[in-house]
Amino acid sequence: MKIPLSWVREFVDLPSKISNSDLEDAFVRVGFEVEEIIEAGSDLTGPLVVAKVETIEELSGNKKPIRYVGLDCGEGNTRYVICGATNFQVGDLVVAALPGAVLPNDFAISARETYGKTSNGMICSSRELGLSDEHSGIIVLPADSAKPGVDAVALLEIQDVIVDAAVNPDRGYALSIRGLARELAASLSLKYTDPAISVDSNKYEVNKDGVQISVEDPSALSIVFIRSISGFDASAPTPIWMSRRIEKCGMRSISLAVDITNYVMLELGQPLHAFDSSKIDGSLIIKRAGNSLNFKTLDGQERKLDKDDLVVADKKEPLALAGVMGGASSEVTSSTTSIALEAARFDPVTIARGSRRHKLSSEASRRLERGVDPSLAEIASSRAIDLMIELGGASHIGSAKSGEPKFVPVVTFDPNFVSQYLGTKVSLDEVEEKLKIVGCEIGKKSETQWSITPPSWRADLLLAPDLVEEVARMIGYQRIPSRLPVGKSGAQLTPSQTRKRAIANYLAGKGFSEVYNSPFVNPSFVADLGFTGDRAKSFKLANPMSEEFPDLRTHLLPGLLLTAVRNQGRGAKDIAIFEIGSVFRNTEKLDSPGVVGIDVVPNEKIKTSIYKSVPNQPLHVGAVVAGKLSADSWHTKGEKFTWVEAIGFARSIVENTGSITTTVPSDFAPWHPGRCAEIQIDGKPVGHAGELHPRVVSLLGLPERSCAFVVVLSAIPFSDSKKASSLVTMPPAIQDISLIVDQSIPAASVEFALREGAGNLLESISLFDRYEKVEEGKVSLAFTLVFRANDRTLTADEVSEFRKAATESATKKCGAVLRA
Amino acid sequence: MSISIAEVEESAFNALSAIAGAKDLAELKTVKIEHLGDKSALARASQALGKIAAEEKASFGKIVGEAKAKVSAAFEARIKVLEADRDARVLVEERVDVTLPSTNIPKGGLHPLTILTNEISDLFLGLGYRVAEGPELEAEWLNFDALNIPADHPARTMQDTFFIEPLDSKLVLRTHTSPVQIRTMLENKPPIYVICPGRTYRADELDATHTPVFSQVEGLVIDRGITMADLKGTLDYFAQSIFGPDVVTRLRPSFFPFTEPSAEVDFFFNGRWIEWGGCGMVNPKVLEVCGINTKEFSGFAFGMGLERTLMVRHGITDMHDIVEGDIRFTRSFGLGIK
Repeated sequence: MKIPLSWVREFVDLPSKISNSDLEDAFVRVGFEVEEIIEAGSDLTGPLVVAKVETIEELSGNKKPIRYVGLDCGEGNTRYVICGATNFQVGDLVVAALPGAVLPNDFAISARETYGKTSNGMICSSRELGLSDEHSGIIVLPADSAKPGVDAVALLEIQDVIVDAAVNPDRGYALSIRGLARELAASLSLKYTDPAISVDSNKYEVNKDGVQISVEDPSALSIVFIRSISGFDASAPTPIWMSRRIEKCGMRSISLAVDITNYVMLELGQPLHAFDSSKIDGSLIIKRAGNSLNFKTLDGQERKLDKDDLVVADKKEPLALAGVMGGASSEVTSSTTSIALEAARFDPVTIARGSRRHKLSSEASRRLERGVDPSLAEIASSRAIDLMIELGGASHIGSAKSGEPKFVPVVTFDPNFVSQYLGTKVSLDEVEEKLKIVGCEIGKKSETQWSITPPSWRADLLLAPDLVEEVARMIGYQRIPSRLPVGKSGAQLTPSQTRKRAIANYLAGKGFSEVYNSPFVNPSFVADLGFTGDRAKSFKLANPMSEEFPDLRTHLLPGLLLTAVRNQGRGAKDIAIFEIGSVFRNTEKLDSPGVVGIDVVPNEKIKTSIYKSVPNQPLHVGAVVAGKLSADSWHTKGEKFTWVEAIGFARSIVENTGSITTTVPSDFAPWHPGRCAEIQIDGKPVGHAGELHPRVVSLLGLPERSCAFVVVLSAIPFSDSKKASSLVTMPPAIQDISLIVDQSIPAASVEFALREGAGNLLESISLFDRYEKVEEGKVSLAFTLVFRANDRTLTADEVSEFRKAATESATKKCGAVLRA
Repeated sequence: MSISIAEVEESAFNALSAIAGAKDLAELKTVKIEHLGDKSALARASQALGKIAAEEKASFGKIVGEAKAKVSAAFEARIKVLEADRDARVLVEERVDVTLPSTNIPKGGLHPLTILTNEISDLFLGLGYRVAEGPELEAEWLNFDALNIPADHPARTMQDTFFIEPLDSKLVLRTHTSPVQIRTMLENKPPIYVICPGRTYRADELDATHTPVFSQVEGLVIDRGITMADLKGTLDYFAQSIFGPDVVTRLRPSFFPFTEPSAEVDFFFNGRWIEWGGCGMVNPKVLEVCGINTKEFSGFAFGMGLERTLMVRHGITDMHDIVEGDIRFTRSFGLGIK
């Protein structure tokens, strides 16, 4: 909210000079962030004077209308200026900048030759003076508002300090001069006068004269006043002081009636709405729209009303979207003479919903949805009627009201709680003083219980901590000392946290760069990658940032692949990236927990239903390698990365956790159907690895034979701490076996068969050679088997028996033939 | 007698001169064959020993033995000198340019968000906090209602929060890691000391300072006698650990539905106040819905954005660098080893 200091000064005894930084500190200290402090008029120097238009000569023959205007600037002789505006006539009072003046944006005014005449100054628009954005014409001052020659800088109160303070949603009252002035005064310990106090509401009697009001849905508001006037002169101008204040607060001056409603709203915080009473059929009624027709709001928009919308209607039709915006049909116009003025304390939730439903946030709805002081409906409406009588020559006909203001309950409170909660000593005197400053009344007092009546504008003060915050704001948060609490000893990471860290360190140490990808994916891209079935069942966002990425990822690879492509586009040649993150698969049947309140602690059943409404979100680690793991160098070729390394890394990640892996061929997308391994633990899949599908690689323009792997970290069991076996010091016996098998037999099967046949003295087995060109459809596999006994040196006979048994097992299970 | 004492002495003298004069190991080898080999004068003198008379044998033998020992010793000494010479020469010849780049070692790195998360987790582990995590796709009740954010709160609009279809599923992408706090309080009895890092989502367009997918770390303490001074002290410790020992923090009154009193925490860094995050004393309404006795326990909570923390600490000027996965960015942080 923007507030001009000149207006604030009416209610706060501010020192005549206060620095911007002191002002800012004062607001920040009590919880209002300062967006900006504007020194209005600081970029303008006079002479700027009021001038009376004496003559107008229209200069013809130009592309646009140009006037040569004679002005009385109070100098005794006529000053002539050229002007491009046409919204004025002889006798009008205007604002003239004389030679020597400098307007905002370093616009220096001097006498100059133009359109064949000498222009001795300039008639100014609001925008040229930096007063507002208005530039449809020059400023025409109200008749007789000043004498020619009067200093317009002072008259228009151009020089002012305007503070733009951010107001938190719990402090609706501060969306007003009244509220922010109170806070500023409190922060600076200055005297404050409440502008609401001086308003006399009693003179406007509630009676049966004027427009009457009824409320169909009492839950929608606590109190409403309708005050009726007649004889209003709608053509009367808004006085300069009022229009200038409205402009300084960032609104526009429109017409006297509307300006008065806005002025009072800005000053006190109560939104008001003026209806042209001649357009109201009978009395007013506040109700839900039900099956109402469409209706046009003041901004000219045709709006389809929802049945729950709260409207102010007459007996025919809705006249206003209550608390949000008035309707066009009952708008106050230049021919209006009688006005019904509405001031209501609407239910904030009702207003918030209505405003949101119509995507319509107005000055009124912003205040009402944050909660308005319920005592203001009566006061602010009276204040506005005062002004309509004073400035528009109106007379009060009568007032109607419905409902009663509803105030927050009395809070009982242990004043010692302030010190306990803040961790610093605050004396009871200080507590009392600060609570009074924010407007609380303190009733019955015992040593441990005070009765606190919060002020009418503070519907948020309900519990003891709310009052503590008020005291803390007023004594200043800097009074709170620093103390470091410590939890129970023995805190440590969970096994899954430790695992996640270790795997990230492992991959980063091996040459992979970690990335965090957005989990928003494009479903057609996911389909192009070949994901189907459960692996493609995604959750959809109801409101995606972009229609292009409406789904949540079901897999890490779509994001990793796009990131690899982005890196390649930026010139990277060898890309090895990994990500550890959750994926979201829409494969479980989830039941919504329904409506769960917050008034009671949820029982086990409700808790379970809440937890079960949330899908399982497994943690994956995924990697893509395009190119080599390290770059080619002057010394050696880079470390190549093929399907072999992809599978190796995936297995290594799993085996580092202590699990034993097996691999089986897989045809999962987006891998190459003949070059993808499923990594298993005890026959259960925990990951996939291998070369990417050539179609995917070419679709993305990645290097041929790019590889990827994914391991489901949350599917790997946690191993118990490992038992170390004692190291055997007897010498090993090493045997090589070369076998010829069908190409279709997986090497893992042959190895498994050898292992089974070799007996329990086999210590290790490894494939050391693979040769394809033996004979058609066959492959040669050469293994090294290491045998060792823990109590003796093995004899040649023993070892050759083992070798024979291993070979026989491979022959029996895999059709292997010993290579000659 | 075929060899005289004089001859032996002369042979020894010649041998010693030849050894001394050998310029390299090859020459020394030739010298050895000539002066110590089977056909050398000294060898012949040894062979002649067998044929001389017994009474001369002892004295002559002694002379021959001494001569051989002297020559052998000289030879061993010379070979050591020449070997050292050769080694020195060869090693010099084998010298390489060690400034050549070692680019063939694979270079990876941890994303700085990971490094920072680990650093913060360790920091708080040291204070007796557990690291608590929870799902990113979360129940609305845990993300909003339980935190005293009612159904009509502006935060719950489509402009701010990502909702999941169908809306009846009551699932959202969590807008903060606070639902982890709620889960922790629902499942554990106080005292509670947890730190909750994780990914969070808000419908902000990606620009130089915002990203719809970001990371937060939140802290929650529920214990007997917890005050706002405890909050301030914890934030001071946290800020000083992350930004340096001289950093000071400032609390400013603010508003959050889940804390009361609420504050914004700023820290003074490089000559200006920087907004860091929100904090406050946990609102009793939140404690009560989690079944915590507010007569016995009180608590504080705080939360800050990790991307913002990184940007300030490392002088990162564009959010795009953090979220786009450019390997040059990640690599520049290496393994985060101090």
